[in-house]
Amino acid sequence: MNHDAYPDNYIRGILNSVKSIAMVGASPVNVRPSYFAFKYLMQRGYDMIPVNPGHVGKELLGKPFVASLSDIGRPVDMIDIFRNSSHIMPVVEEALTLNPLPKVIWMQLGARDDAAAAKAESVGIKVVMNRCPKIEYGRLSSEISWMGVNSRTLSSKRAPAPTQGMRLSLNRMSVGGGNTAASDRAAKNKTEQS
Amino acid sequence: MSDRLPGFSTLAVHAGAQPDPTTGARATPIYQTTSFVFNDADHAASLFGLQAFGNIYTRIGNPTNAVLEERVAALEGGTAALAVASGHAAQVVVLQQLLQPGDEFIAARKLYGGSINQFTHAFKSFGWNVVWADPDDVASFERAVTPRTKAIFIESIANPAGSITDIEAISTVARKAGVPLIVDNTLASPYLIRPIDHGADIVVHSLTKFLGGHGNSLGGIIVDAGTFDWSTGGKYPMLSEPRPEYHGIRLQETFGNFAFAIACRVLGLRDLGPALSPFNAFMILTGIETLPLRMQKHCDNAKAVAEYLAGHPAVASVSYAGLPSDKYNRLARKYAPRGAGAVFTFSLKGGYDAGVSLVSKLQLFSHLANVGDTRSLVIHPASTTHSQLDDAAKIKSGAGPDVVRLSIGIEDKEDLIADLEQALAA
Repeated sequence: MNHDAYPDNYIRGILNSVKSIAMVGASPVNVRPSYFAFKYLMQRGYDMIPVNPGHVGKELLGKPFVASLSDIGRPVDMIDIFRNSSHIMPVVEEALTLNPLPKVIWMQLGARDDAAAAKAESVGIKVVMNRCPKIEYGRLSSEISWMGVNSRTLSSKRAPAPTQGMRLSLNRMSVGGGNTAASDRAAKNKTEQS
Repeated sequence: MSDRLPGFSTLAVHAGAQPDPTTGARATPIYQTTSFVFNDADHAASLFGLQAFGNIYTRIGNPTNAVLEERVAALEGGTAALAVASGHAAQVVVLQQLLQPGDEFIAARKLYGGSINQFTHAFKSFGWNVVWADPDDVASFERAVTPRTKAIFIESIANPAGSITDIEAISTVARKAGVPLIVDNTLASPYLIRPIDHGADIVVHSLTKFLGGHGNSLGGIIVDAGTFDWSTGGKYPMLSEPRPEYHGIRLQETFGNFAFAIACRVLGLRDLGPALSPFNAFMILTGIETLPLRMQKHCDNAKAVAEYLAGHPAVASVSYAGLPSDKYNRLARKYAPRGAGAVFTFSLKGGYDAGVSLVSKLQLFSHLANVGDTRSLVIHPASTTHSQLDDAAKIKSGAGPDVVRLSIGIEDKEDLIADLEQALAA
């Protein structure tokens, strides 16, 4: 997988297929990005599991925190890692000990570890880096368009009026034209310079 | 669902718009409402805390305006956009995110006269200090950089003479200085030039001009390219630091490559208030659907009129980058191969008096202070748009006393030339 620019169909396939998501580094502080993403994905029907050893015994939006991936005690489809790039590898290594393996490992906006990604991909796990599943879900469903964000999708179909907790269709036509190639390019230049 | 890339004209018609989920209306409805009901207290709190996507109050966002925002973002190749009440409002909102009192920004000397006024006088009272540079001399931008520089501002096709700016060269200066490049793309529109493809980090427009295109609605827009890293060195605290307005959210960390557009919305538009009327957004959206058709006709007509004027015995000179002899023709062929725009200037051998006489004799061209209308327009910048400048600054910005500015419309070019012919006849 080219981790500089993901085809929409790759992201769409992941978000359409996974049902349970363990979020490593989920925060109960309601201005943290992980809280935003946890709450949104839960409202869109995903089975969310907060993983954070600092908050065991507490709940996040009614879901009990677990200390680590191995404490979940049931299969999970996707691991969403809200940690800095330097803390990714141990989480991926732990994920690789799970049985069954997760189908997807997702690293949040700003997080990227190519070595960890290669390790996961070598056992057939799909990897997404430096993206946010809330933003990608909002973009592919075009719900994010309410914020003036370029969803890079088109549709001439009448969608149902969205209600609380409803799964939204992500199957709109993708628009490569008005894309974020420029920001991917900028991120790449930055990586190469540093 | 392949990742096939629709063309510019398809995006001009479709981007951002889909049938209304509630009614099935195919044209984008005018959501002429101030406010939007919440589902419940938690939904309200989520929206106010920026945790959920949705509408609160039209000063912060409106569904009609959102379609306009996504459409222009798509046409410019940006990650997000924010529509505001005018091009001037766009400039205030952009710089409010970037500058603290005492900071500086570098601006090209050749700009719309209204921008020169805004930068020189209004912004000075905010403590935002403009430093002028010459768009024809890239090194002058480099020399103007100081530790307080927070942004560089240029026009892609520059007022009033339609000169072309070397965006890539100036973007290199901006990158080296670690500041964003802001490009006012009003006179080009994304049909002719997409500044983000050439290194712009932020694009602004007066939607009032070619995008709306019909001279009936004011509007402005800010497009976030998603290319700039706001986090380094605490230089841009509106984006990188916890915001007390939102209980400590850091916008870049939360919104990634569209954080600048969000900052403009939730720190700029929300608190300064220059919201765009949804009715105006609807009018401008309707205009944008035909942008590719209109813009090509504007350019083709402008070239024909410029060629005619260049051969007229009463004309001293024509500044139109689409003419092979023009000093900006090389840049025009690089940046705007479809056409060099439709706003340009010419000077008459008879000087100021001949200019005044020409304006009074024209019957199709309208004498007014706007550009980018379906109708052809004429103005004498020295006595109007650039009148606040002193004589030296007028000449430097291309608006000397003998200069007449035209904005060529989409009428039949033969009729425009005939109108000029009769007005230039002794």
